[in-house]
Amino acid sequence: MEPLTIHALHDQLVKGEISSVELTKKYLAHKDAVEPKVQAFLSDNRGYALEAAAIVDKKIAAGESIHDLAGIPGAIKDNICIKGQQATCASKILENFRSPYNATVIEKLMAHDYVSLGKTNLDEFAMGSSTENSAFQVTRNPWNTDYVPGGSSGGSAAAVAAGECVWALGSDTGGSIRQPAAYCGLVGMKPTYGLVSRYGLIAFASSLDQIGPITNDVTDCAIVLNAIAGHDERDSTSIPQGPKDYKQALVNDVKGMKIGIPEEYFSEGLDATCRKALEDAIETYRKLGAEIVPVHMTHTKYGLAAYYIIAPAEASSNLARFDGVGFGMRVPGKDIVDMYQKTRSAGFGPEVKRRILLGTYVLSAGYYDAYYLRAMKVRTLVKRDFDEALKTVDVILTPTAPDTAFKIGQNTDNPLAMYLGDVCTVTLNLTGLPGMSICCGYKDGLPIGMQLISKALGEDTLLRAAYTFEQNRPEFHKRSPMGEVEL
Amino acid sequence: MKISAEEINKIALLSRLEIHEDQVEAVGKQLNDILSYMDLISQVDITDVEPTAHAVSMRNVWREDVPKPSLANDKALQNAPEPEDGYFKVPKVIQD
Amino acid sequence: MKYESVIGLEVHCELKTKTKIFCGCSTEFGAEPNTHVCPVCLGLPGVLPVLNKEVLHFAIKAGLALHCQILPYSKFDRKNYYYPDLPKNFQTSQFDLPICLGGYLDIEVGGETRRIRITRIHMEEDAGKLVHSGATIDSSDTTYVDYNRTGVPLLEIVGEPDLRSGEEAKAYLEKLRSILQYLDVSDCRMEEGSMRCDANISVRPVGTEELGVKTELKNINSFSGVQKGIEYEAVRQAGILEDGGTIIQETRGWEEGQGITVSQRVKEGSNDYRYFPEPDLIPIEVSTDWIEEIRKELPEMPDARKKRFMAELGLPDYDANLLTLEKQTADYFEAVVQAGVEAKTASNWMLGEFAKKLNEEGISADKAPVQPQALAELLQLISKGTISGKIAKSVLPEMWTSGKSADQVVKDKGLVQISDTGALEEIINTVVAANPQSVADYKAGKKKAIGFLVGQVMKQTKGRANPGTVNQLLVKNLEQ
Repeated sequence: MEPLTIHALHDQLVKGEISSVELTKKYLAHKDAVEPKVQAFLSDNRGYALEAAAIVDKKIAAGESIHDLAGIPGAIKDNICIKGQQATCASKILENFRSPYNATVIEKLMAHDYVSLGKTNLDEFAMGSSTENSAFQVTRNPWNTDYVPGGSSGGSAAAVAAGECVWALGSDTGGSIRQPAAYCGLVGMKPTYGLVSRYGLIAFASSLDQIGPITNDVTDCAIVLNAIAGHDERDSTSIPQGPKDYKQALVNDVKGMKIGIPEEYFSEGLDATCRKALEDAIETYRKLGAEIVPVHMTHTKYGLAAYYIIAPAEASSNLARFDGVGFGMRVPGKDIVDMYQKTRSAGFGPEVKRRILLGTYVLSAGYYDAYYLRAMKVRTLVKRDFDEALKTVDVILTPTAPDTAFKIGQNTDNPLAMYLGDVCTVTLNLTGLPGMSICCGYKDGLPIGMQLISKALGEDTLLRAAYTFEQNRPEFHKRSPMGEVEL
Repeated sequence: MKISAEEINKIALLSRLEIHEDQVEAVGKQLNDILSYMDLISQVDITDVEPTAHAVSMRNVWREDVPKPSLANDKALQNAPEPEDGYFKVPKVIQD
Repeated sequence: MKYESVIGLEVHCELKTKTKIFCGCSTEFGAEPNTHVCPVCLGLPGVLPVLNKEVLHFAIKAGLALHCQILPYSKFDRKNYYYPDLPKNFQTSQFDLPICLGGYLDIEVGGETRRIRITRIHMEEDAGKLVHSGATIDSSDTTYVDYNRTGVPLLEIVGEPDLRSGEEAKAYLEKLRSILQYLDVSDCRMEEGSMRCDANISVRPVGTEELGVKTELKNINSFSGVQKGIEYEAVRQAGILEDGGTIIQETRGWEEGQGITVSQRVKEGSNDYRYFPEPDLIPIEVSTDWIEEIRKELPEMPDARKKRFMAELGLPDYDANLLTLEKQTADYFEAVVQAGVEAKTASNWMLGEFAKKLNEEGISADKAPVQPQALAELLQLISKGTISGKIAKSVLPEMWTSGKSADQVVKDKGLVQISDTGALEEIINTVVAANPQSVADYKAGKKKAIGFLVGQVMKQTKGRANPGTVNQLLVKNLEQ
């Protein structure tokens, strides 16, 4: 059975078949039923949600036209600031923090009359690939609750896949939207760096972070992207791009589209079943008239190493502000240095500490050149690979991850093994290019994700390629077992 | 690449993190594994390659010198662990 | 063994933009604590900086005035360290590609002009203020943080170690302040903290080239403090070397009260700032067009103006120097001259009575309630002979407080000078008759005795007599 989508529900709202308040209540009821098993949410917003839904219903009753996204229950990752609400980043150090301001994406969503059911769980400070690094709870994959939903936006992905909401916002620094979307059988997009404002996104790695949609289908992805994309004068890295309607890109046609396949992403680390699913997907594109072209991304394997130098380095600096002085948790100390150390040691989990130490090390005197500077140069080389390849093809197709979701607890003692799973996704953060993950198969009841990559600001090409696949392979557009919402 | 216990303690201080003596070895081992993997990038030829610090190619992003409203004092202190008389209170400041 | 001091100064100036460098909060001094703050300058989670264009504008202006090269490509970097006045625990600054490189300014000490080179100028953000519970940081158990000042834009100006004495260092700071005030980019008041200075000092035997081990001197709060601190430190270092010891490279604090420098040794390795490019700010590429536009904005600079005052207005070095220290003073002076007053006369008054009033009220020339035109009128009354210079000195304060013109004050107080010889002769006859001793002294050859008689006439006329005329008439009277 297909999951409910924003666009289908919008039609129902506008036709008066259901009200936003009714819709929100149904989703809340379903959320209450499945949340004990999924644990996707860190906060419950139902009061605000129903108020916002009521406003939408008033507008509809008054005959006003409403936005595509209006009145349809969603969820927001808990590293995005909403005024007056918590923004914990799933960390003890921010457990009691209430943001005094709204992130730009939230202000944009407010202008679209959005409804959010709550903030979702994540790996602490977005550092992780399984959401197991959350200081508060472990989120489970709705397809099989013994498995991880992926990370770091695992809460957002699980919430959508479990039918607790229709859409969600995540953030992506090394794959944190795409990989959980893949593990949960959803559509996830990391937009071009700079397309969506980072103002109000609690920073992990500033030159890599982006906010993006996690949705049930490609049309919904375009709808959410429409709501959140666009230039922001409060973000200096925001691209000066005017508003664009991404729904125009939803065309079922890839004839003549050139799709590049880089062998470096299909190495021996890729699971056999996943490989088969991807080859099958490639074949679908070929049958639909796309031209399949081999491309070469020779610096791929260095990309992961460069990422794990650059990301922790920026993080070590971004997280220095969590010191017990102005906000967040404070553990008293005999003097300020003691207070800093006690607060940060008690407030941060082991993965966060590990990355801060790594980041500090690679920036420190004597090591900067060998690690950080070198990694920034490797970044240039990785970008060149992509720029060259994207001169000859429109889209690059790769797996989103080397395998499907893994069991909860499987990788917690082996950080390096956890990092290696990011090999297919980190290169997009290094280069700033846009990428999407959509479902292209299943293995033992767990979804397999396919990643599509395009040139900077090439979201329309991505959407067209993804939409075409989705329209022609509807068998991959399934709900998870617990994702059925009764309206 | 081996990171020594002394170096671990040094970067812990720079990061204002406490690492207890009995954990130094375990932390060291994990960091060493990761650093060994990172050594992969020493194999790449980076001659004449410029570093990339930003994923966007814009230049000259700035704003006009126009005042915007500030936060009221109580809002500014709203999350402070120890606000006092309009200030953020902290314990004895030492020069490290 | 004779030693020479080698000094390089590091100066931080607060720029007088309306808003902070990375957010729209006001930079105005003296607000209640934590009221000129916002999520950005508080460093709250999720915030991002946006560069204030005016800061860049001021930086380029300063760079051009100091003869620096403006870098066509420049960027920001993070300087990472923990301190409670730094909300993010990093300072956004410029490391390897500062906005300006090279440059110089000229100082005059002991009649000699010396060129002091500048290494670099860069933009950065200021930190907050710490208010300690005790008298000093070390004697306090708690500290209170006020973030109003975080994010105020600073220009850091680093000088080459070309200075050779405390006196030269003071002259350098005075000239730098003068230049930056002319540009109206900074008030540069050390007492208010809008100008701060650290000094790097080493000594070496006279005649040698190699630099000695240097110490960094901090906690300097005045221009005289710079001079005294450097002089003390140079003597201290020379003393150690004379005794065969070595200088420890360290930071020392100037203790103004005791007149000594004290070691402020910091722990090994704690200054690894781990600079890396600021990912939240975009690099700057300044166009040559914009640079030339800004160059046209530069006013006539102090050195050039002083030369012109000497050459065109015939003023002596001393006068020209003092008049051109602050632009407002020089502007005022020129306006007075343009209104028709002779240059030296105007100068005497500006450096005398007028300066006195300004100092009394602690204001600069542009804030004076007496406009240049009004002062010119007063001075013209003297040259016309309507009032004497001495009377004029009492008219000025009256003009100052009442806002009346010189003419008006003189009329109101009946201060018009008596030059009518008839009236004066009558008074002179009275005075001569009343003071036979002085008359006798004068006639006996003590020409100076006439001074007393002149004084008596002035007293009789309540100072309104034209002293020159009185003198002439008295002589005539006594000689007959």
